[in-house]
Amino acid sequence: MVPTQYYLILSAILFGLGAVAFVVKRNIITIFMSIELMLNAVNLAFVAFSQSMPDLPHGHKLDGQVFVLFVIVVAAAEAAVGLGIIILTARNRRSLNIERVDLLKL
Amino acid sequence: MPNQPILDHLWIIPLLPLLGAAVNGFFGLKWPNKIVNTVALSSTGLSFACALEAVREFVTYVAPSGQIFRKEFFDWIVAGNFRAGFDLQMDQLTVVMVLVVTGVGFLIHIYSTGYMAHEGGYYRFFAYLNLFMFFMLILVLAANYVLLFVGWEGVGLASYLLIGFYFLRKSASDAGKKAFIVNRIGDFGFMLGMFLLFRTFHTLDFHDLFDQITKQNWPHEAWGAFGMMTIACLLLFMGACGKSAQLPLYVWLPDAMEGPTPVSALIHAATMVTAGVYVVARSHILFEHSETALVVVGTIGCATAFFAATIGLVQTDIKKVLAYSTVSQLGYMFLACGVGAFGAGIFHLMTHAFFKALLFLAAGSVIHAIGGEQDMRHMGGLRKKIKYTFGTMFIATLAIAGIPPLAAFFSKDSILLQAFRREGGWHPLYFIGLLTALLTAFYMFRLVFLTFWGQPRYDEHHVHVHESPWSMLGPLVVLAVLSVIGGWAAAPALWGGKDYFSEFLAPVFGSGEAAAAVDEAAAHNLEWTLAVVAVVTALIGIFVAYWLYVRQPKKPEDLARSMQPAYKTLLNKYYVDELYAAAIVRPLVWLSENILWKVVDVEAIDGTVNGIAHGATAIGDTVRHTQSGNTRSYAVWVVVGALAIIFIIFWPALHAFVAPAQAAVTK
Repeated sequence: MVPTQYYLILSAILFGLGAVAFVVKRNIITIFMSIELMLNAVNLAFVAFSQSMPDLPHGHKLDGQVFVLFVIVVAAAEAAVGLGIIILTARNRRSLNIERVDLLKL
Repeated sequence: MPNQPILDHLWIIPLLPLLGAAVNGFFGLKWPNKIVNTVALSSTGLSFACALEAVREFVTYVAPSGQIFRKEFFDWIVAGNFRAGFDLQMDQLTVVMVLVVTGVGFLIHIYSTGYMAHEGGYYRFFAYLNLFMFFMLILVLAANYVLLFVGWEGVGLASYLLIGFYFLRKSASDAGKKAFIVNRIGDFGFMLGMFLLFRTFHTLDFHDLFDQITKQNWPHEAWGAFGMMTIACLLLFMGACGKSAQLPLYVWLPDAMEGPTPVSALIHAATMVTAGVYVVARSHILFEHSETALVVVGTIGCATAFFAATIGLVQTDIKKVLAYSTVSQLGYMFLACGVGAFGAGIFHLMTHAFFKALLFLAAGSVIHAIGGEQDMRHMGGLRKKIKYTFGTMFIATLAIAGIPPLAAFFSKDSILLQAFRREGGWHPLYFIGLLTALLTAFYMFRLVFLTFWGQPRYDEHHVHVHESPWSMLGPLVVLAVLSVIGGWAAAPALWGGKDYFSEFLAPVFGSGEAAAAVDEAAAHNLEWTLAVVAVVTALIGIFVAYWLYVRQPKKPEDLARSMQPAYKTLLNKYYVDELYAAAIVRPLVWLSENILWKVVDVEAIDGTVNGIAHGATAIGDTVRHTQSGNTRSYAVWVVVGALAIIFIIFWPALHAFVAPAQAAVTK
């Protein structure tokens, strides 16, 4: 069996990549994808912890896996709203560069 | 236990006027005068009737056993070992005060229905007047200093409201404020006195307090010693000075004449201003334990009596003369208290209430008759036109001058007698008192001669002189009768009989006054001599006034001119108001304006508030630059924040992990 630490390290790497890309990238689509990457890194950590939990008398403890399902649902909803915003931005600005979306400043 | 329906429910006496005040005050605005009258008169009239019944019950059932009546109705303030209850008491002193307050008060209410008939704010006037009666009755019925103080402040409030009754006139509202503020100075002393008494004796209840002092044989403090008792007495006397208009706090009373005349009669002559005398008499056990305090009380009383009388000599406003006369007579009462003759002081308080109320009401009737004129230089020759007013006022003037057998002859005589008899350097006070009696007779007859004799000096074509209605004359007649017979209780003393008045008060004040006379015959001779001296003095004053203002009406002006500086000083009341303005008021105003307003208020208080607001603006102005609109910078902030939270949460674990390693390295 693969030790839990391996999953966690992979998860941390994926999350770090996502976070760095989130900050560094300028294309909104890429940023959006990096958010998905971070969410999935977290999902991976969830299932890894879930799997490492000791067996209970009446079966497996499934909290982590249930959480993953929730995260996937929320991510789908977020993708719907987020892509809608991205399309509107692209139409209005004729660009996908995040730096041109700066109306909310003092 | 005999049946005491009113005495057991003593609270009903003050409550009735309060009800009257509430009903008139809340609902009177739309009512016609008649209904307002009914409410005001019935409440005070019933209160007077209840007071009579309570006194009857007291005299029949309680007094013979040598007890006082005292009842605790409910707890008001209880904190630790401090208790101030709504406790009322009745003893012989209270009997005199309650009868004077309700009786004279009732008469003045009747008079006011005539005098105020054409004034605006009719219901307001009676609401205030009834409110005054309530507080005054609380003051005299209270069984502890705290409840007394409630009445004390309450009458001050009523006085303020009534002085400023014509509040559209600036001088009236100013006079009201002046009265209130000057009284506040005295009340400050009064409160300190109460605190000191409580600190020492742990009670402010009259009965317990005086009982403790008597039972513990509290040491007498000699002249010059400033022990606890002296200080407490002087502080209490400070309050009395404010309320009873004594030097140096008398300045508010002459100005208080801005109020309607019935108010001057009731509050600023007959009842409220005598509250100070009442408090001193009530606390006589304290004062008897301090020679210094007695000397101060006597001296201030005597000085005030003389000082105010001299000012009264030259005033031309009829009410101002009476106001200074009131200050002067109050001085007499304090002189009596100062020489230890508390009974004589209270006796004079009672007779003064009769004749001074009468003088004010008659003066009001005069003012009413000639259409609101108060200056005696514009009166004259009214004797034939307003006979009843003249007759009653003349009786009151004879009374205050001390002509036998009218009331003040006996009371004033008894004060002077006690002052003369008192051992140890009190004779100067007697002579000043005698001189004051001369001045009193002079200025009072000056007033009468200027008003009622000589040629009319008002515009006879425009002023239609008319006698007042019977609602006003009735009280005048009753008070005139009282001014004549009010002193007769003490009369038999002159013929070797009993002084029934001081005998009645003896359970309160002790019979020390009578015991002082060792040699009966010599004492009796002395009494007659002094009485004759006093009457001759008064007659001299009257004759001089007659000569100056009836026989030689031009003479006073010549005199005034030949003694210009003295006359000017008296006319300007010794410049005391100006002195106070220069020494106290103006520095205070300067301090308020330049320090309290421009530094403390503007700089410190406003500065703090505005400073906080400016600070918030400045911080916001700096921090707003972080909102750049650059989404990626926001992303960085989010990441930085998340890292910071992780760091804070895991810091202890990290520390535990790192510290042993470091320790290992340093080894």
